[in-house]
Amino acid sequence: MTKGAKKGTFGLLVIGIVFGIVLWGGFNWTLAMTNTEEFCISCHEMEATPYVELEDTVHFSNRTGVRATCPDCHVPRPWIHKVIRKIQASTELYHHFITGDVDTPEKFEAKRMHLAQSVWKAMKDTDSRECRNCHNYDSMDFDKQESRSADQHDEAIENGWTCIDCHKGIAHSLPEGFDPGWNTPGEAEDEG
Amino acid sequence: MKKKIVTLLAVCVVMMFTGGAIAGAVDSLRLGQDLQDMSKEPAKKKQMVVEGGIERSYAIQPPVIPHSIDKDKINLKGNTCMNCHSEKTYEKKKAPKAGDTHYVNRDGKVTETVASRRYFCDQCHAPQVNAEPLVENTFQGAK
Repeated sequence: MTKGAKKGTFGLLVIGIVFGIVLWGGFNWTLAMTNTEEFCISCHEMEATPYVELEDTVHFSNRTGVRATCPDCHVPRPWIHKVIRKIQASTELYHHFITGDVDTPEKFEAKRMHLAQSVWKAMKDTDSRECRNCHNYDSMDFDKQESRSADQHDEAIENGWTCIDCHKGIAHSLPEGFDPGWNTPGEAEDEG
Repeated sequence: MKKKIVTLLAVCVVMMFTGGAIAGAVDSLRLGQDLQDMSKEPAKKKQMVVEGGIERSYAIQPPVIPHSIDKDKINLKGNTCMNCHSEKTYEKKKAPKAGDTHYVNRDGKVTETVASRRYFCDQCHAPQVNAEPLVENTFQGAK
């Protein structure tokens, strides 16, 4: 190897490292930037309906002042799942910029059942992974719960129910036509 | 004639003031708070949770709600009370089912779900806070 070729390789390596840092840093920065509530509600669709509804619930205002933001429940934390979700979000951009099919509260309402069901399905499929970032059976003191809640949680552990099986509609309004049986896992399965 | 009118007017004016004084003697629910002032902020109270429910005070009283209903919503699109108290879920959720009278519409027909005239639960059923009654009373209901 000549001296010149050595120099060239070294130069390429430096450029590569710098590029790598910029690209990787930029990627992570974008990921973090789009993972904030400010970013989510910068679209009026999100601000006008789901966010306003969240403000009324225990996940926004409560005794201790701890609250959940949009990505806490709607963006997975494990890296690979997060990236997959971010890619899926391109459909949301498509609907926001191209079709505009939830761009008024009326249109949102018309689509609410569909939207809700797809989120419920996602949560069911992941065994309510995002809920469990904060809520953990091991840290639940059943003596401090109402006996009814404690009994139901016991039953849920036994039968392998997941959070969303019973807790639909705790952070946003339920869609019109919601069947109360959908929040009662055992019974529906027995009948079916 | 003129004198008579003047006297009458004077009497009217006097009555206006004495009338006001009599009204002032009545202690209103404002408890001495001036009409111009904002009413006093009530003490902050938490909605009560009573396991097993609260007994009725009289025979046909709509049962009061022994838990918080902060999170519940009743509107045109839905009624979250029915997530537990409906005919479909009450057994599983160990909640009292809405009474049979709630499943009869105004034409006397039995309905499958809660009749629309009984839809707004909190028109009759109220959550409770641990507060002293504003006015003392000795009411004893027929049990």
